Amino acid sequence: MRGRSGHFGPSPSGQSGHNGRLLTEPAPVAARPPVQRVVEVVAARPVGAYVELTLAAPDVAERAEPGQFVAFAVGGPTSAMLLRRSIAIAGAANGAVTVVVAPHGPGSTWLAGLRPGDAVDVVGPLGRPFPLPAPGTPALLVGGGYGAAALVGLAARLRERGSRVVPVVGAASADRLCSVDDLGVLAGIVWITTDDGSEGRQGLVTVAVEEQLPDAGVVYACGPMPMLRAVADLATAAGVPSYVAVEEAMACGIGVCMTCVLPVVGSDGRTRFARSCTEGPVFGGDRVRFADVGRLRPDVVGADAMGVVAP
Amino acid sequence: MATTSPIWLPGETPVDMTTALGKAEIPSPVLTASGCSAFGRELEPFVDLTAIGAVVTKSVQLRPRSGRPTPRMAETPSGMLNSIGLQGPGIDGLLADELPWLAERGVRAFVSIAGTRARDFAELATRLRGAPGVLGLEVNISCPNVESRGEVFACDPVAASDVVSAVREAADPAQPVYAKLSPDVTDIVRVARSVVDAGADGLSMINTLLGLVIDPDTMRPVLGGVTGGLSGPAIRPVALRCVWQVHAALPQVPILGMGGIRRGLDALQFVLAGASAVSVGTAVFSDPSAVARVHDELAGALAARGFATLCDAVGYAHR
Ligand SMILES: Cc1cc2nc3c(=O)[nH]c(=O)nc-3n(C[C@H](O)[C@H](O)[C@H](O)COP(=O)(O)OP(=O)(O)OC[C@H]3O[C@@H](n4cnc5c(N)ncnc54)[C@H](O)[C@@H]3O)c2cc1C
Ligand SMILES: Cc1cc2nc3c(=O)[nH]c(=O)nc-3n(C[C@H](O)[C@H](O)[C@H](O)COP(=O)(O)O)c2cc1C
Ligand code: FES
Repeated sequence: MRGRSGHFGPSPSGQSGHNGRLLTEPAPVAARPPVQRVVEVVAARPVGAYVELTLAAPDVAERAEPGQFVAFAVGGPTSAMLLRRSIAIAGAANGAVTVVVAPHGPGSTWLAGLRPGDAVDVVGPLGRPFPLPAPGTPALLVGGGYGAAALVGLAARLRERGSRVVPVVGAASADRLCSVDDLGVLAGIVWITTDDGSEGRQGLVTVAVEEQLPDAGVVYACGPMPMLRAVADLATAAGVPSYVAVEEAMACGIGVCMTCVLPVVGSDGRTRFARSCTEGPVFGGDRVRFADVGRLRPDVVGADAMGVVAP
Repeated sequence: MATTSPIWLPGETPVDMTTALGKAEIPSPVLTASGCSAFGRELEPFVDLTAIGAVVTKSVQLRPRSGRPTPRMAETPSGMLNSIGLQGPGIDGLLADELPWLAERGVRAFVSIAGTRARDFAELATRLRGAPGVLGLEVNISCPNVESRGEVFACDPVAASDVVSAVREAADPAQPVYAKLSPDVTDIVRVARSVVDAGADGLSMINTLLGLVIDPDTMRPVLGGVTGGLSGPAIRPVALRCVWQVHAALPQVPILGMGGIRRGLDALQFVLAGASAVSVGTAVFSDPSAVARVHDELAGALAARGFATLCDAVGYAHR
C-alpha cells in the first residue's frame, strides 16, 4: 500500500520539499456553508486537563464533516473579548456537537467554565474537511493533546469506508491525552506516547509514527504545529501523502480578515499566504512550508510588492 | 415622525433608511468596512449582500501583495491590533474574479484603492471606470500598515490632496470618490478640508489608530510588523469625535462614519454626529451578520426616537 495515493492526485515521487512533485492535492471546500446559532450547552464533562462540551446544535451537526471547526463568541454579551475562539469539532451526531476545550487564556477558560443550560453563540462548521482516500486505503491518524479529538469523526468515516485505521496519540502527560477510548473503540488498538512517560511510551509521537508509517497509505494529523511539521516531514520523506489540521491565530474564522495565513504551496506549485480558516485548517502536509511560517520569502506570491525580492 | 405601531419589528420599520454616497443612492446606510469583509463572498451565508448599503472591498493596489508575515493580530481590550499589510490580489484579480461575482448578484461594491504614489491611485481609478457594479471609490490614503518608505498621505494635507485630485480626475464621473482619513493627525479638519478642496465627494472616517502590544513573556512586540492598526469599540469615542469635528466644520460634506460600531445605538451616535452612512468593520469578526443586524437595530432606534427618515437624524446632535 505504501506509495499509493488513492485519489490524491499526482503519484508520489518519494521526494520531499517543494521542488519535487507533491503527494497531495489541496483539500476541497466543504459541501455546505456554515450557520450562526445561539445554542444550549447540554453537557460539560471534565476529561483530564480538558473539558468536553456537548452542544444542542442540530444545524451545525448535520453540516459538519471531520476536520472542520466551530468559532465561539466568548465572555457573554458585555465581553471586552471581541474575537471568536476557534475549536475543532470532536463529534457531530444526533443533533449535538461535541468539542474538547483546553483552558489556556481568558477566552478558552470562559468556554471551559460553561455549564449545562448555558447558551453560547457559535458559527460553524468552518474550514475544509479532511479529504478521504480511496476506499480501503490504510490510514495512520496522529493526534497531539486535544488535537486527537478532531480525529475521532475521521476515524469513524474511514472505518465505514473499509480503511484500516491506526491511531497514534501523544501528549505532554497522561492528563493531556484525549479521545483514547473513542479511538480505541473504532480502531482496536491505540498507540500512546507521553513526553513524561506517565502513560504509554515515553517520548514524542514521532517514535510511534516512524514505526507505523510503512503500513500507511495516508497520514492524518492534528495537534501543535511542531508535531504537525515533524509528522508531515516523516510522511513526505516516506512518500506517503499526509493531511494536517493546523492551528493558527484567527480573528474572524470565516475568511474575511487575513490574519490566519500560512505559506502554502497551491495546486499551481506557487506559494501563497493561504488563510487557515477557509483554505485550511486542513492542508496537504507537503504543501505547508512549516520552516517559513512567520517569514516572508521572496517566492511567496506578492512578496515583490512588499519590497521583498530574491537577492 | 409617525410610527404606526408602538412595537418595532425587524424589517417592518417605518423609517426611510435610504441615503447616498455622494450622488449614488443606496437603500441602507450600513456598509462593510474595507479589509473587514474581504470582497464580500464569505459573508453570503450570513447576510443578504444585496440589502446592505454596499460591500466596501479590501484595499486593492496595482500588483498582488502577499501582506506581512504572521503574527498579524493581537486582541486588545474591546478591540484588536492588526498588521495585515494589505494582502490582496491586485487590480487584475479584483476585476477578473471579485467584481464580477458581486455584479452578477447585484451587490453594490464600493472599491477601496491604495497605493504608494499618486499616479498609482490614478491608474487604479482609470482601470475601475465603468466597471459593472462599482458604486464608487474609497481612497485609502490613511492605512498606517503599509511599508511605503514612511509615506502616509493622510498625515500630510498636501500629499493627501494630490492623491485625491489625481483620483477624481481619472475616475468615472458617475463614481463618487471618498477619501478615507486617518485619526493619527493633529488637525483632522485641516486634512478633511484639503481633500474636499481637491474634489473628494465625501469622507470615510476613521481608519485604524497606530498601536503596539508587547508580549511580556518574550518581551518583544507581538506583531510581525511591530506596530499595527487598532480597531473595534475601543476606538469608537475617537472616531465619533473626528466625525463630529469634521461635520461641524464642513456640514455639506457627506461622511461615511466608522470605528467600533457594533450595535445600532453605536451607529446612531455616528449619524447624530454627522455621518450619512456607516461602515461596520471589526464587529463582523465577532458577528458575521453584524452589518444586517446593525441596519435593523439602527432603524429601530430611529423609529423609537420618532425619526421618519434617516436623513432627518444626520447631524442632529449639532442642532
Ligand atoms: C482550527 C483551530 C482549532 C482549534 N481547536 C481547539 C480545540 O479543539 N480545543 C482547544 O482547546 N483549543 C483549540 N484551538 C485553540 C484555541 O482557539 C485557542 O486556545 C484559543 O483561541 C485561545 O484563546 P484564549 O482567550 O484562551 O487565549 P489568549 O491567548 O488570551 O487569546 C488571545 C487571542 O489569540 C487567539 N489565539 C491564541 N492562541 C491561539 C491558538 N492556539 N489558536 C488560535 N487562536 C489563538 C485567540 O483567538 C484570541 O483572539 C484551536 C484553534 C484553531 C485555529
Ligand atoms: C483586519 C483589518 C484590516 C483592515 N484593512 C483595511 C484596508 O485594507 N483598507 C482600509 O482602508 N482600512 C482597513 N481597515 C480599517 C477599517 O476599514 C476601519 O477603518 C477600522 O477598522 C475602524 O472600524 P472598526 O472599528 O469598525 O473596525 C482594516 C481593519 C482591520 C481590523
Ligand atoms: S481568521 Fe480571518 S481570514 Fe482566517
